[in-house]
Amino acid sequence: MELTGSQILLEALKLEGVDTVFGYPGGAVINIYDDLFESSIKHVLTRHEQAAVHAADGYARCTGKVGVAIATSGPGATNTITGIATAFMDSIPMVIITGQVPTPLIGNDAFQEADMVGITRPCTKHNFLVKDIRDLARTIKEAFYIARTGRPGPVLIDLPKDVQVSSHVFSYPETVNLRGYKPTYSGNIRQVEKAAKMILEAKKPVLYVGGGINLSAANDELLKLAEMTRIPVTTTLMAMSAFPQRHPLALGMLGMHGTFYANMAVTDCDLLIAIGARFDDRVTGRIDSFAEKAKVIHVDIDPTTIRKNVEVDLPIVGDLKDVLSKLTGCLLQKTELLEDLIDATEAWRGMVAEWKERHPMGYRSSKSVIKPQFVIEKIRELTEDNAIITTEVGQHQMWTAQFFQFTQPRTFLTSGGLGTMGFGLPAALGAQVAFPDRQVIDISGDGSFQMNSQELATLVQYQLPVKIAILNNNYLGMVRQWQQMFFDKRYSQTVMELPIDFIKLAEAYGATGLQASKVEDVEATIIQALETPGPVLMNFKVSREENVLPMVPAGKAIHEMVLAS
Amino acid sequence: MKHTISVLVENEFGVLSRISGLFSGRGFNIESLSVAPTQDPDVSRMTLVTRGDDRILEQITKQLNKLISTIKVVDFTDEEFIERELALIKVATEAESRAEALRIVDIFRAKVIDVTPKSYTIEITGAPAKIDGILELLRPMGIKEVVRSGPVVIGRGAKRNWSA
Ligand SMILES: Cc1ncc(C[n+]2csc(CCOP(=O)(O)OP(=O)(O)O)c2C)c(N)n1
Ligand SMILES: [Mg+2]
Repeated sequence: MELTGSQILLEALKLEGVDTVFGYPGGAVINIYDDLFESSIKHVLTRHEQAAVHAADGYARCTGKVGVAIATSGPGATNTITGIATAFMDSIPMVIITGQVPTPLIGNDAFQEADMVGITRPCTKHNFLVKDIRDLARTIKEAFYIARTGRPGPVLIDLPKDVQVSSHVFSYPETVNLRGYKPTYSGNIRQVEKAAKMILEAKKPVLYVGGGINLSAANDELLKLAEMTRIPVTTTLMAMSAFPQRHPLALGMLGMHGTFYANMAVTDCDLLIAIGARFDDRVTGRIDSFAEKAKVIHVDIDPTTIRKNVEVDLPIVGDLKDVLSKLTGCLLQKTELLEDLIDATEAWRGMVAEWKERHPMGYRSSKSVIKPQFVIEKIRELTEDNAIITTEVGQHQMWTAQFFQFTQPRTFLTSGGLGTMGFGLPAALGAQVAFPDRQVIDISGDGSFQMNSQELATLVQYQLPVKIAILNNNYLGMVRQWQQMFFDKRYSQTVMELPIDFIKLAEAYGATGLQASKVEDVEATIIQALETPGPVLMNFKVSREENVLPMVPAGKAIHEMVLAS
Repeated sequence: MKHTISVLVENEFGVLSRISGLFSGRGFNIESLSVAPTQDPDVSRMTLVTRGDDRILEQITKQLNKLISTIKVVDFTDEEFIERELALIKVATEAESRAEALRIVDIFRAKVIDVTPKSYTIEITGAPAKIDGILELLRPMGIKEVVRSGPVVIGRGAKRNWSA
């Protein structure tokens, strides 16, 4: 039977297991929307295409499935760019479908034409312009395959209008044949054996873990490795929920706003085992003094991350789940040596414990003003362990990473690589669509919130009970902190001069708004928000000039931290 | 150090921009680049010359390999290979220098492919160093224009350097 291009698209989405898409209509996708009208695929209408992509991204981050977003050509398509770049930097599997002007008009500066394949080339894992309906089914198959395999990432399909309306027999390929794309899943056993040997010989080892653990769903394997070797684990921003933060071996985050003990341990270690992490500059600080004394093992599915920023003594290319289970298997065969290792590293764990005691994570509490860290601790206390937390970007994001103490995989969704303000609210929306019954909370800043606040409308329309906690310091706080520390307190354009009535804003959209101005209000406000059905915005008036500490100033080595007094 | 890299890619729309974008986006430089289909019409070969230390070259090869449209990457610097470039050179020739120009053409086994009262256009193929050589000798006469193809390379011996 012949189907139109847009019908082929929807049938293919179903075969890929897609039941929900996020998007925004327009002329160049009107046929797709016509077919969606009576489709079994649920479409969530956001209020901005950027938000549609972030929502699909949030959906993907908490489920592990491929997130799907749809936008029209031209401005609709260009609005998706920040969302795509955000997903790209954090390796999130997504397929973005954009409408395009009809093929005969491409290149003519037609109405609402934008060269999406050109624009998104550097921020997608791959992209396609489908010029012939005969290629459509195969292209969709390949797009999903590329998005979810290897190092995941966003893939864009640009779909001209004439291809959407023309017809062709639909047959969905069962396999893909991409001769230039064959990711390595299986870690080389020789290399794994060498890694085991290096681990067994270490005196001061550290596990440095990144977002790859979530992407590979290798959380159990990681925990097993850590527990069996008793090696302390430090996690990047992307991996805060990849390892239980209340575990005695957890060192918390490392890097610019890492804990004192994580940064000291990395600086002093003799073996750094990097797993699904990419030695980002926010992690390493001054690169030549990062883990200077250590041999480095680097495990990653993407060979380009290896030796990109640092020299590596032992590279292992492969899927983390595979490599880690081989590694633990290997170590388990050497029970005696493992016991020796645990003895030999006893002193090291003692050292780490001492660092923890010397400078634990903390902040000066207050009875008169609400400390943002206190709000985060209270949210942690009052929510369920499987609550999904999203953040925007800024101080509130770092405090969430530092103080939330995540215990379950895929419960912390944040824009790490690109650092996109405006990510958290739509990502929370996407997460709530994926898990209608779980608590979903966007920990937000007063600046970031205004970058996608229109999504309150979407939350209300679909009755998505996302709770938003604005840690309102009336500043672009993170930038203000830099200005305070490095620019002589010249607060250029970081004071949010106009105090917004966020409560009224929430109410204008039909959501509930709750104000907390006093320390005593905090707990009651959170409880009330959690008990109120539907979306709720909490506006916490927090101490304005609080700083995120520890902090490694730009250009410094990570042990050169400014610490909380 | 200079490296000559051969990249086999899917012969499809937009591949050249993926490759050149990779170089510009990551701050790698391309000294020369040539592209044409291979005996398999679905596959194109790009030959590119670039410079960098080992670490940069490792990244370049890995990043090229990472592109979905890339089928194979060979860095010929580590292999025995033959390198050839084509150049078309327009030189100014006065009556007295014509004989000298022809002598140089002869020595380099080049060809004069176009003649006007005031110029010769010379075609030469060879290793890039040979082309540099003829240019050096022709320079005193006045070179009006040079068009170089950039080198293409092929491995020595019977072995095929790729199988798609
Ligand atoms: C889209 C975007 N624009 C600008 C920035 C730069 N930036 C980083 S943090 C920040 C301030 C964020 O302010 P707010 O959301 O109020 O959070 P706070 O730091 O006050 O907690 C800015 C402007 C960014 N990360 N993203
Ligand atoms: Mg703020």
